[in-house]
Amino acid sequence: MEYLSIVFQEVYKILFLLVPVLVSVAMIVWLDRRVWAFVQKRQGPNVVGPFGLLQSLADALKYIFKEIIIPSSSNKVIFILAPIVTMTLALIAWAVIPFSATQVLADINVGILYLFAVSSLGVYGIIMGGWASNSKYPFLGAIRSAAQMVSYEVSIGVIIINVLLCVGSLNLNDIVIAQQNMWFVIPLFPMFVIFFISALAETNRPPFDLPEAEAELVAGYQTEYSGMMYAMFWLGEYANILLMCAMGAILFLGGWMSPIDVYPFTLVPGAIWLILKILLLFILFALVKAIVPRYRYDQLMRLGWKVFLPLSLIWVVLTASYLLYFNLLPVN
Amino acid sequence: MIAHAIFFYTFSIIAVVSAIMVTASKNTVHSVFFLILDFISISCLFIMIGAEFLGMIMLIVYVGAVAVLFLFVVMMLNVAQQKNQWFAGQQSSKHIPVGLIISTLIFVEVIIVIGGWKYKPEIFDINNSIAQTSISNTHSLGQILYTDYIHVFQISGMILLVAMVGAIVLTFRQRSGVKRQSYIKQISRERAEGVEVLEVQSNKGVKIDD
Repeated sequence: MEYLSIVFQEVYKILFLLVPVLVSVAMIVWLDRRVWAFVQKRQGPNVVGPFGLLQSLADALKYIFKEIIIPSSSNKVIFILAPIVTMTLALIAWAVIPFSATQVLADINVGILYLFAVSSLGVYGIIMGGWASNSKYPFLGAIRSAAQMVSYEVSIGVIIINVLLCVGSLNLNDIVIAQQNMWFVIPLFPMFVIFFISALAETNRPPFDLPEAEAELVAGYQTEYSGMMYAMFWLGEYANILLMCAMGAILFLGGWMSPIDVYPFTLVPGAIWLILKILLLFILFALVKAIVPRYRYDQLMRLGWKVFLPLSLIWVVLTASYLLYFNLLPVN
Repeated sequence: MIAHAIFFYTFSIIAVVSAIMVTASKNTVHSVFFLILDFISISCLFIMIGAEFLGMIMLIVYVGAVAVLFLFVVMMLNVAQQKNQWFAGQQSSKHIPVGLIISTLIFVEVIIVIGGWKYKPEIFDINNSIAQTSISNTHSLGQILYTDYIHVFQISGMILLVAMVGAIVLTFRQRSGVKRQSYIKQISRERAEGVEVLEVQSNKGVKIDD
């Protein structure tokens, strides 16, 4: 019976985390479309509910009632598994995100490695979907996305090393607490910019949305998907984007820490600050989508391997030598 | 403890079964997917014995990078078809004796290690003198790797670098007649060199060289 009560407690905690994440994914889709519309002087979705807030819910309802079509020449098991993998991987990463010093589902020692590992597994959903569809456009999209995500992961990894040099721990809460005096966005500003752009590429957002470039590949790896399976790809993608924003907020913007350490600000719970920072980063994501044209594929690869990787490696050497010279290396 | 055992046996059964399926499945892409499943369950086993850093690195390096490249190559080369032909042809391969010798060697090595562990546990106690339980796994790994074994560590890094450079040199070939897009050239083009206004005479036309 004791086991059961522990299991129930954990399930309760997980639900308490996952339901808000799923709801905010739905809201963020609406926000994305709204920002996009405002940049282009349109209204965006504003009909369903107040300010169109319930638009995503209506869309989800539509997807649920649509027929799921499985192509007869597809590899059926992998075809069905692909959206499930995407969705699961996008959601399990939230287990280690700290919402305050104590509010975290799993406060593990290697939190940042876990986040990095899960985000690097995200490519499998896309490859599986693209390959199992057994069709030209999805396959091309899947290959493009695999190459793209592997390339940009490398620079994200090196950027994480930069932050870790300043922290001296792989625990996400330690990373947040290390930014008590100064957010890492100030000393590591170039790295923040590179992280932001790499995150755009890693989540297949415009201007790096080549895996699903409509003009060339119909819809890339999603071409053969319909109904709820398409919606799951979609939800997974946006959950991944939110996760990348959360990662950026924790690594560079002080996580759940209040921006100023003064009385009225410190009263606000950490979760609110984290959500505000995630929203700030997400609005930047949405603005970039609206104002930047799509990259050419060879330029995308060049940017990843020939610009970002050397730059972030040089910055690792710089950070390490600075910390060593001024004897600032965190030793515990 | 029971929960621990349940998890251990679940992960190890998945690991063994998927390792068998890697060689048994006829579709090469399926083999790679089973290989990925194998990697994931082994990293779960690493995490269960408290080697969390190793488990995560296993996930990042093998599943996140190596297996993606495997999948990439297997999908691009369409190896599935070749393998099926080979199965259908009932042809015995020349590589079978070599494979048998290597697998026998590995099997004997494993037996020696496990046998030694079983009958003389104190041989393996030397390692325990280095490990401290008070600090986290990652810290102790870093402290050992960058102090006692720094030379071995650096040499292995150099070997990897040399292997990488060698692979690039071996496969690199300069092809002639390929039109490359120079990024700097494209950006630094001015209007004057791109556009020319001509007076076109009637019935004469203009000669445009490319």
